[in-house]
Amino acid sequence: MSKHAKKKHAKKHTFVVNGRRVEVEVEGDVHLLWVLRDILGITGPKYGCGINVCKACTSHLNGRAFNPCSVPVSKIKPDDEITTIEGLPATVGKALHPMQEAWLENDVAQCGYCQPGQIMAAVDLVHRVRKQGRAITDADLDTLRNICRCGTYPRLREAIRDGAKQM
Amino acid sequence: MADLGTTPPLPAAPGVGRRTLLGYVLAAPILAVAVDWGLETAAPASAAAAIPTLPGVADLFDLSDAQTAAAMPTSHLISMELRTDGTVHFALPRMEVGQGITTSTAMIIADEMDIPVEKVVITLADARPELVMNQLTGGSNTTMSTYYPIRTAAAIARGRLLKAASLMLGGLPVSGLVTLGGEVIAPDGTRLSYGSLSKPAAATSTTAVKATLKPDTDLKVVGRPHNRIDAHAAITGEKTFTMDLHVPGALPTMVCRPPTINGKVKRVKNAKAVLRMPGVTHVATIPTGVAVRARTFGQCIDAVRALRVDWTPGLAGSKSDADITAELKAAEIPLVVPDVPLVAKSIDSEFWFAFAGNSALETNCAIADVRKGRAEIWGGFKAPIVAQSEIAAAIGLPASAVTVHCVNGGGSFGRKLFHDAATEAAQASKRMGVPVKLMWHRADDARQGRVHPMSIARTRATVLLGEVLTYEQRHTSVRTEFSHGFGDVITAAAGHLPVGDFSLAQFIYLTSQSTHYDFGVTTQMLDEVETRAFNTGAMRNIYSPNTAVARELTVDKIAKAVGKDPYDFRMATIKDPRSKAALQKVATVGKWGRTMPAGHAQGLGIHNEYHGFSACLVEIDTTPATVNRRVRDAVTGPRVTKVVFAVDVGLVVNPRGLEAQMMGGIMDGIALALTSSLHLSDGHFQEASWDNYAYTREWNVPFDVEIVIMPSTGSDPGGAGELGVAAAFAATAAAYARAVGKMPTRFPINHDQPLFFTPKPTVPPVPASPTNGLHRY
Repeated sequence: MSKHAKKKHAKKHTFVVNGRRVEVEVEGDVHLLWVLRDILGITGPKYGCGINVCKACTSHLNGRAFNPCSVPVSKIKPDDEITTIEGLPATVGKALHPMQEAWLENDVAQCGYCQPGQIMAAVDLVHRVRKQGRAITDADLDTLRNICRCGTYPRLREAIRDGAKQM
Repeated sequence: MADLGTTPPLPAAPGVGRRTLLGYVLAAPILAVAVDWGLETAAPASAAAAIPTLPGVADLFDLSDAQTAAAMPTSHLISMELRTDGTVHFALPRMEVGQGITTSTAMIIADEMDIPVEKVVITLADARPELVMNQLTGGSNTTMSTYYPIRTAAAIARGRLLKAASLMLGGLPVSGLVTLGGEVIAPDGTRLSYGSLSKPAAATSTTAVKATLKPDTDLKVVGRPHNRIDAHAAITGEKTFTMDLHVPGALPTMVCRPPTINGKVKRVKNAKAVLRMPGVTHVATIPTGVAVRARTFGQCIDAVRALRVDWTPGLAGSKSDADITAELKAAEIPLVVPDVPLVAKSIDSEFWFAFAGNSALETNCAIADVRKGRAEIWGGFKAPIVAQSEIAAAIGLPASAVTVHCVNGGGSFGRKLFHDAATEAAQASKRMGVPVKLMWHRADDARQGRVHPMSIARTRATVLLGEVLTYEQRHTSVRTEFSHGFGDVITAAAGHLPVGDFSLAQFIYLTSQSTHYDFGVTTQMLDEVETRAFNTGAMRNIYSPNTAVARELTVDKIAKAVGKDPYDFRMATIKDPRSKAALQKVATVGKWGRTMPAGHAQGLGIHNEYHGFSACLVEIDTTPATVNRRVRDAVTGPRVTKVVFAVDVGLVVNPRGLEAQMMGGIMDGIALALTSSLHLSDGHFQEASWDNYAYTREWNVPFDVEIVIMPSTGSDPGGAGELGVAAAFAATAAAYARAVGKMPTRFPINHDQPLFFTPKPTVPPVPASPTNGLHRY
């Protein structure tokens, strides 16, 4: 294999993940999900499709939900702050975020694979709805695209309503 | 350490029947106990058939009995140990895929030992070939087959702790000691923690001992709702799945797959160029495609897309749904009505069910480290012993040289009975000479993964003067592959059972389909079309969902023909009182028969299996405003607005977990009825994404789901992992039929509509990773 070809593309990228500045040397077209999982060892965000459909990798970029499977690392700026499920509690300065507490209260998880993405999406939904100055409705919950193949949706919906009250 | 000899049985509590079972205290530095795995078998349900319909095979001896019985002659010891920190450790020889068996197992141990659930640590055992077929997770059999062995081990441990405490307290009689919260408490209030008793309670030689279990009335944890023991890990991202493991040197690996099902590599045209791509370390042809290994999965995806490969045609040729349907029609077993009066009315129905996907959210994946003379494998395995022997054969090693570690699975639904990715990982690791972390792309999982076979169900009932004289059901299906060992479990038992000489599939069909109604002479048969073209497998609840839909819709049809309400007719003809009670419950809670607006309707369905009984009431909205609502890249259509589900599985270990399993089954049933299927076209399935295979999504979820757990009956647990699907599917179909005034005969109901998505290209086999993630969420 040609090491030369690789050198040509690999470059240093720096940004903040869960409050910690990181620096990685990798080709700019590698998507952020793989930089997080395969290089930085941050495995909370899960792979479920790689094409921005299943939402299992949902994390926050500067406080807003996004899917790192669909963002090349070159598009991440040095001042960007990425929060994965691992860093969510710190955003409220607690051991667990209120949404995570609501998740426990409702025993939402089954296999657990989609849960980090579900929680990150739920927190974002509550923020967005709150900005509009209203409470979560069924119609809001219907907009969530995160898949739970175990089908724990009714508990998800209950937990999001509960978590919103505590946020 | 003191040698305490044989522990006498605990004093029996008065009155209640208590089970005394045999187990072992093992020679070990700390307290370790063991039991024969599978020493108990659930008693076959006796069918009280006071009426003309003779009990079917499943009434006498259902699938779960066959499995439990199969475990008997081959069972071996499983052990549990108490550490000096007061924690109990047990490596469960079953697979956790979300169904909650680690939690229920911890509850069972905690209850029998009088220790907090939090002090019980459940891990998943590696493949243990000496357990032979008793390490298979399937058929909703885990709790049924493990409940008594696990309690026995825990009871022995508790007995040893009491005896050790007695000695430490100067010979105080055991009868005066109490165990509570992980401590032994003496009459004077002295407390000895279990941890401090672990070494004194240890044995220097392995001894067989008798244990008497607590009477059911003393159980305090079993039967009460308990949250999952892995919930905290799941919500913090700490729960570790196979692809989250760090195995030194195991770099991401993916496989470039053929454009048709099971095509083979003829020639790789640009391996050298692909090897030069950024991050790529290896390119190797394996039997199922071309494996590429790279620093990141993203670079694997790019490499898979860059590969230029010539393929042999797939085994499905250029076939489509219609071709396979024709093959099934040609193979159908005739319906043969027994002697009935000529004036009897015959009610015939036929229902068609599309191929369906059992793909979990975690795609097929495994880690393999194959070295000279040995191999180590990590993955989610419901049949780890079969996986071990087949992986060993695939890489030319004896099974004893292959270690198979079971890792928590991100869903299964039948998929993890197979080990397709682990075999590939082992082959790739061997060819490349390095460890690999192999994962399927979602598109691979949808197109090349296991599918639930297409099938046709036909029913014929003859009716005279309002009475059903005969009921026949014929199920014709593309062959379901049971080669993962589930079949071995059953056939091993089949020779000893009073059910005649059936084929394996027939046997599984008959043992899983009990006769639900008193419909006179009842026959049910299965015929499978042998084809190796597809990668099939049992999906959650195997044949039952489709069978139940055909049965329940037929029941609605008969009710109409005899002028009765679907509920009244069922209540008059259901055989089992527990089934009747479940139906009555959903009708009451769900207000059966309440006035609904136009386009809305209720539907009912029942299903009995795994020694469990279930009934479901569904309300559906088929009004144009709902059906035509728009969600991007999605199936909307009719919406189930409310579900009431009643379940009776005998003794319930964890009501909260049982409710979760029913909830999942309901979501599956709704998907199978209304939205989700695979379309076979030109030799391959069209679906390659979760926005193609329309499993239930938030916009399809009922607003109101109520699950009623019927009071525990008896002291034996039934199966729960799959029970929810069939009745929910049937009730959804029935509600839809009543809402639109026309009974659907093809499922899911949207299958024949124009595709709601544009199929992704098959070359390259996986889609490009989008780059618009900052703008599109």
